[in-house]
Amino acid sequence: MKKLGTLTVAALCAAAPAMAELVIPDLSYRTGPYAAGGIPFSDGYQDYFTLLNERDGGIGGEPIRVIECETGYNTEKGVECYESTKGEGALVYQPLSTGITYQLIPKAEADGIPIHTMGYGRTSAVNGEVFNNVFNYPANYWDAASVAVNYLLEQNDGSLDGKTIALVYHNSAYGKEPIRTLNALGEKHGFELTEIAVDHPGQEQKSQWLQIRRERPDYVLMWGWGVMNQVAIQEAANVRYPMDQFIGNWWAGAEHDVTPAGDAADGYLSLNMNTINPDYPVFEEIRAQVIEPGMGAGDGSNVGKVLYTRGMYAAMLAAEAIAKAQEIHGVTDITPAQMRDGMAALEMTETRMKELGAPNIGPVFAVSCQNHGGSGEGLVQRWNASAGAFEPLTGFITPDASIIEPLVQEDSLAYAAENNITPACAE
Amino acid sequence: MLYREAGDFKTSYAKDNQTFPIKFDRTGYWVILIAAAVVVPFMVNDYWASSLLVPFLIYAIAALGLNILVGYCGQVSLGTGGFMAVGAYSSYKLMTAFPWMDMFSVTILSGVITAIVGAAFGLPSLRIKGFYLAVATLAAQFFLVWLFNKVSWFYNYSASGQISAPERSVFGILVTGPNTAAWAQYLFCLIFVVVLAWVARNLTRGTVGRKWMAIRDMDIAAEIIGVNPLRAKLSAFAVSSFFIGIAGGLFFTVYLGAVEVGEVFGIQKSFLVLFMVIIGGLGSIFGSFAGAAFLVLLPVVLKVVGVDMLGMPTDIVAHLNLVIVGGLIIFFLIVEPHGLAQLWRLTKEKLRLWPFPH
Repeated sequence: MKKLGTLTVAALCAAAPAMAELVIPDLSYRTGPYAAGGIPFSDGYQDYFTLLNERDGGIGGEPIRVIECETGYNTEKGVECYESTKGEGALVYQPLSTGITYQLIPKAEADGIPIHTMGYGRTSAVNGEVFNNVFNYPANYWDAASVAVNYLLEQNDGSLDGKTIALVYHNSAYGKEPIRTLNALGEKHGFELTEIAVDHPGQEQKSQWLQIRRERPDYVLMWGWGVMNQVAIQEAANVRYPMDQFIGNWWAGAEHDVTPAGDAADGYLSLNMNTINPDYPVFEEIRAQVIEPGMGAGDGSNVGKVLYTRGMYAAMLAAEAIAKAQEIHGVTDITPAQMRDGMAALEMTETRMKELGAPNIGPVFAVSCQNHGGSGEGLVQRWNASAGAFEPLTGFITPDASIIEPLVQEDSLAYAAENNITPACAE
Repeated sequence: MLYREAGDFKTSYAKDNQTFPIKFDRTGYWVILIAAAVVVPFMVNDYWASSLLVPFLIYAIAALGLNILVGYCGQVSLGTGGFMAVGAYSSYKLMTAFPWMDMFSVTILSGVITAIVGAAFGLPSLRIKGFYLAVATLAAQFFLVWLFNKVSWFYNYSASGQISAPERSVFGILVTGPNTAAWAQYLFCLIFVVVLAWVARNLTRGTVGRKWMAIRDMDIAAEIIGVNPLRAKLSAFAVSSFFIGIAGGLFFTVYLGAVEVGEVFGIQKSFLVLFMVIIGGLGSIFGSFAGAAFLVLLPVVLKVVGVDMLGMPTDIVAHLNLVIVGGLIIFFLIVEPHGLAQLWRLTKEKLRLWPFPH
């Protein structure tokens, strides 16, 4: 009871209005079928901000306050989280769910709060003149589809004519996103696309993999998330589908996706939008200044893993944008509108990434008010089961802009017409 | 003392048959109604509207609909999520195909379309009962979700398969889209809830409702005394689906604004509404409201107390929510199978005698 009392007092103190703070909501999911991916991402996201608070006293002298809110990958809870945190002065939302992103895009446009959907969400948000407050740098799904196809082109001496590619996808907005691009790429390069849907949450995929065993496509691409990935890789091993012809996107390429299948998963390929290296200097600092004193969001076992790295990278990009916004507007306590300006002027260079303690963690890119998409580059990584780690197989591969650009224009202008938006940069 | 019939003389049959025979109940009803319609809209903000009030009102409509079918007519249904999806997709198609149509017409037409679909899926109820019927409606649930995912006409061929509600207004006031004021959302839903609850109450105490209850209590006996099971069962399916369709339409247009069928209208939704009906009370209008309020408020209250006040980790609170809801369902099934409505009924019985019980 005494403990409860102390906690209540502590909570009341914490809830008292603090002076100037940078508020970052973290819409995480640590429960449900997608928790395996949600936990490391959220740990990385929060730990980086904790590190900034501990090491630098925040950003530009302003402390950062992270508000965690559990969504369970559920859109209704996502809306509740959004509404309950937006009044606190939230600077940027990172929902880590394409479904919740679609929900929040119109709301955030109306409220003027930026959303950063890194490598997920609505692809056509690349067009910053239509989607003023939505950013999806450094890459998006259509880039991912194109990067995967470019990698396959390279493997096949520049021609995919007559090849068959199966797309195993999560039957939701997330999984359906790349279909349009893959169809366009199929027309261009002459491969045939088979679409194989897996329903939420994806624990049952026998029939899908039976179809793959029967049709024996040359390559299988996968747009999976959560428990679906583990099941798919296990099923692929069961039907003896060669792992070096099986490519997951960047949400289907983390350690927990491949370890359940054991040695059978060796050689599994996946895309990634960031490099992985557990020995980045920034991880050393997180271990020493956040995990050791017991301030980590998790138990610290995830530090350096694929999704932890990506969560930390997301926080790093947010922190850089905050610093940029402070620089542009000459104030330290920025507003969401100023945050948007900072995001639209964000520039990641090799030297800056090195200064941050994560050399080459992501591609070099610059955001502008017209282009919210970054460079769109991605790399291919290969699972080494005996070493228990993903190893990069290629450098950053550039996507095919000639296919993606017209699709982005078409889709974003259709959205603009539906919602009476005149494309223009934000004031 | 306050709560009793004594001195409240009824001088006509109409008065004798009124919904609230006790004066205290009547005044209470009007006070709540006036407060909900006049006071709340001035106080409501975005958070209260979209986290608590609007979902509560919409779930109350869905629970009313399911209660008509399960509680009054005794036909078990696990297809609520699918029928809500029919309402949502009908609203979407109507809104995009006829941009001039006002939201009242859109929502009511969505209800009508769902009623037709529901009656069609109710046909097997003429031959099968109980668990077998539950399985047939379960098939409806999965078929409808599959259909809305598979046929791209339903989502106007959009790349992601998501549907999102365009801005629409009623009498010049926005009720859908991101720029809607909280009070407009709330009042729009409140109007539907009040009218539909009134309809449900009066249907269930009239001839139609008595036929449903006769079928529920013993279908063979009902048939012998002249209740046509075809009409009774299909009308229950149609009316229930009408309510659920309206709930689904509002859920999409007013509450969420963008919907992905597999995630929002999956089997989970069917169970959630069924739990509302079970916890609230089968065969009770008040129970539908109580169950909806309970299951909408519980996670939010737990979150506010656990995370915001006590500083507990968010995942622990989310798991606690599952534990508590599961525990409560078992508790109610064992201790009070008639749900919160029965508790309320008992309280009223006791209040009538207070302070001099026998």
